[in-house]
Amino acid sequence: MSDLAYIIETILKIVAVLTIFSALAGFATYFERKILAFMQRRLGPMHVGPYGVLQVLADGIKLFTKEDFIPQLAVKPIFKIAPVIAAATAFTALAAVPLFPEFEIFGHKVTPIISDINVGLLYVLGVMAIGMYAPLLAGMASANKWSLLGGARAVIQLLSFEVVTGLAVIAPLMMIGSLSLIEINNYQQGGIIDWIVWCQPVAFVLFLIAGFAETNRTPFDLLEHEAEVISGFATEYSGMRWGMFFIGEYANMITISFLVSIIFLGGFNDLWFIPGGLAIIIKVAFFIFFFLWARAAWPHVRPDQLMWLCWKVLMPIALLNIVVTGIVLM
Amino acid sequence: MKKGTQNYINIHTESSPQKPFEMFKQIVKRTFKGEMFVGLWIVFREMIRFNIHTIQYPKEKLPLSPRYRAVHKLLRLIESGNERCIGCGLCEKICIANCIRMDTKIDENSRKVVTEYTINLGRCIYCGYCAEVCPELAIVHGDRYENVSEQRAHFVLKDDMLTPLDLLKQKEQKEYPGFGAISDEADKFIKKTPLAY
Repeated sequence: MSDLAYIIETILKIVAVLTIFSALAGFATYFERKILAFMQRRLGPMHVGPYGVLQVLADGIKLFTKEDFIPQLAVKPIFKIAPVIAAATAFTALAAVPLFPEFEIFGHKVTPIISDINVGLLYVLGVMAIGMYAPLLAGMASANKWSLLGGARAVIQLLSFEVVTGLAVIAPLMMIGSLSLIEINNYQQGGIIDWIVWCQPVAFVLFLIAGFAETNRTPFDLLEHEAEVISGFATEYSGMRWGMFFIGEYANMITISFLVSIIFLGGFNDLWFIPGGLAIIIKVAFFIFFFLWARAAWPHVRPDQLMWLCWKVLMPIALLNIVVTGIVLM
Repeated sequence: MKKGTQNYINIHTESSPQKPFEMFKQIVKRTFKGEMFVGLWIVFREMIRFNIHTIQYPKEKLPLSPRYRAVHKLLRLIESGNERCIGCGLCEKICIANCIRMDTKIDENSRKVVTEYTINLGRCIYCGYCAEVCPELAIVHGDRYENVSEQRAHFVLKDDMLTPLDLLKQKEQKEYPGFGAISDEADKFIKKTPLAY
């Protein structure tokens, strides 16, 4: 009986995460357009619904009903599966992320995490890294030079910044001694002073920078930079296949925001008078806003500058950070 | 300055560092300058100010200058309602795009009247010479820049450009303040002609 209840509960959680985060990804595009517009003294979408709120719906209808075009020379099965990888890995990564504190509903205790595995963080980063196959396969299967260039850029960028992400996150993990995101969250229970960002500011900044790179957001959006490679690996895609790349990107953005909030900023612990559930929503919302904010403010870097930044600046700093943390811990 | 020489101005450029320590100093300076945060602050400030410059076009329109040169109009005399055009043909002559055509005849009162007057808007370059040359302020440039229609021939016939009589009665025809119009203090500059002596 309890097994059945557990299975039903897990399926319900999966459905909830899938639907809510797909919808959030859609609304994130709306907020992105609006915030970018306001920062550039424009109005953004205004015509569909009040203040353009229904623009998301219109875009969805457009994407669903558009012709699903596959180029003649493309490798068809790989071309078709690549966007699925992008969206699927983005949502799979969310499985081990605790979204809220525990709460009770009808006397039943619910833990808002699909699966609390003891290597949670490793799992999340690993699955997000598998997402790299999406641009790689898409770029190589499209039979298009820009797609190929975009795919190549995607691989060098994501592969390089995986290193920075991993090394940056090792230092806080050495302090906590656990990979489970719930354990990491519980480590910071004692209020704002216990947040890991105070003792690991370098790791925090490194992880955030690597997060921008892994979600292909603006300072590092080389792999689909329009002026250079049209739309990178997504050049040949249209309709819902293209939409799945988009959903994957925004879901990754939300995941990274959750990870930064949980690892460095006290997660879903109560903050003064703010209950934990609201606290994490505020933090995640801030980081998503920060992603959009940075896109409005900063130009993007050249590929060689990106590699220079990753291997000659960020990685040595991350290694130094680990050494210093180790010495302090000893 | 002598003819044929160029007046070059050297823009002051920062000399690039040569020694390794100077390079290191430059990197440190640039790293901690905080220029990225200046960019963040500027866009955030603009968002808070909410000084939106968008004009939602079909609902809102930019005000046009009186000197704006859009589709032409033919005006009438305000008191009598007669056409101002006397059929002199100056606009047809001066038009550099050769897009104005007019037919005239002498009517039963021995007055010259314009029977046909067309402007080929596909050729017109809206230079305003016709409005400038017109001695009667008859052809002027209007403010109708949205010349969309089902037929290319619309807007360009005489009836489309001429002020309708009922609008004239409602005093809808405004005196044209723009290109080719007489200036405000034109009366002061009128001199008596020798015929009046």
